[in-house]
Amino acid sequence: MKKVNLTCIECPIGCDITVEIDGEKVLSVQGNACQRGKLYVSNEVVCPVRVLTTTVKTQNGKMLPVKSNKPIKKADIFVAMEKINGVVAKTPIKIGERVIADIFDGVDIIACADVE
Amino acid sequence: MKVYDVVIIGGGPAGLAAAVSAYDSGAESVLILERDDVLGGILNQCIHNGFGLTRFKESMTGPEYADRFIKEVRKRNIEVKLKTTVLDLCEDKTVTAINEREGVFFVRGKAVILAMGCRERSRGALNVAGTRVAGVYSAGTAQKYVNVKGFLPGKNVVILGSGDIGLIMARRMTLEGAKVHAVCEIMPHSSGLKRNIVQCLNDFDIPLYLNHTITRIDGDARVTGVQISKVDQNKKPILGSEFYIPCDTVLFSVGLIPENELSKNAGVELSPKTKGAVVYQNRETSISGIFACGNVLQVHDLVDFVSEEAELAGKSASEYARRGDREKDCVNCIAKDKITYVLPQKIDKNQSGNVTLFFRANGVYKNCRVVVENDGQEVLSLKKRVVVPGEMERVILTEKIIKALNGDLTLKIVE
Repeated sequence: MKKVNLTCIECPIGCDITVEIDGEKVLSVQGNACQRGKLYVSNEVVCPVRVLTTTVKTQNGKMLPVKSNKPIKKADIFVAMEKINGVVAKTPIKIGERVIADIFDGVDIIACADVE
Repeated sequence: MKVYDVVIIGGGPAGLAAAVSAYDSGAESVLILERDDVLGGILNQCIHNGFGLTRFKESMTGPEYADRFIKEVRKRNIEVKLKTTVLDLCEDKTVTAINEREGVFFVRGKAVILAMGCRERSRGALNVAGTRVAGVYSAGTAQKYVNVKGFLPGKNVVILGSGDIGLIMARRMTLEGAKVHAVCEIMPHSSGLKRNIVQCLNDFDIPLYLNHTITRIDGDARVTGVQISKVDQNKKPILGSEFYIPCDTVLFSVGLIPENELSKNAGVELSPKTKGAVVYQNRETSISGIFACGNVLQVHDLVDFVSEEAELAGKSASEYARRGDREKDCVNCIAKDKITYVLPQKIDKNQSGNVTLFFRANGVYKNCRVVVENDGQEVLSLKKRVVVPGEMERVILTEKIIKALNGDLTLKIVE
């Protein structure tokens, strides 16, 4: 059993959270102000994940802001970046539309803005 | 000259929320003047997520947050002039503006809302020694290059200042293939959010040097390296502590300054503390009918709070357009011990409703009380587990407290 101190990144408050774990099993969570914090640290001690935000080129030359619609494994972030940077998005495109399907484990890269 | 109920200078998060609110509160003609070719202001280049958690209970990117408001503006009969720069604002609320279609033109607002936002402090403000070389950018400029223009401004980067934009750019440039060698912060603590230290620096093993600053920038045509020094408690570099990092790019993330040139020309009274207008609780400035909101008024931590403040200013401006000036019964809100500033600086007792006082502490204080005093009496006291300068705090005064005020009120922190 060991204690891990983490800073929650779910919102700007940044709670200092202490997690007690036994291997991959979470025994207790303390210091979180909300349930998002509990979920965050429970993932963080086992397999840290992040929502990736970046940009892709579009056909009309403008940059399109995009994000992963679900968090992806931290370890996969640079692989994802390489894939995303190899793509040119078709235009016009609307906010929320898929730019890359299934980049990892059912995660899509989606548009965060409209581009004509 | 065309006259509008409400003219809004700036189409960023503050201007957008103010426009929607003014319209919904009954203003019949609302005009937004925006110098960029799109609405949304700085949000367009803030492609990271974490916006909207307070307001929409979800984590949005900057462009997504802006999109919500832009669509609300488009749904209403709100006039927008893009690529239009405001040149001057007069005390009588005449606005001089220029664009490529109309040339120089004038409009008048029965009420005017200042929503021009902030500008970044630059290298010049800090007087960093060294040569005047290419490769030195403000963090926000680098952000625009990377996220909007699609250029990476450098490969080997040192960042001065641990403000949020600097931290965000450390991660962003790393993701795009640059190597960020260091973030230097002259203070003993970061000025950015804790979550950004974790997810922007720690995630990518980028070192943060607290109590350190850049003491020289080297290079001939382009930056070739920086000298970094440790500083003492008076923020003076310690001789002999220098070390050198070769790099081709330096980013400055050293604070924001409200962009108040137009306000000054109009004669709006500014606060030396906030560098923004002195306002009443309805966000009216010292000039009757001119209102201010968002980062041009006070530098906010979260865009959610900008929207909230802008809605208040929009509603107030709309009321003013309808009813004109009213007599005020004014008390001052004065920042005392351990408090940098309080906003609003003035409360008009003739207005109804509760008033939220926003303030910043001048240091880190634990297990303290925020105390509001009036006429030698404590009228309100609020316990706080911790207050820090980086986070804006608030205390709510009820209408009952306000009506009973006798003279100015003071706000202080008691440990």
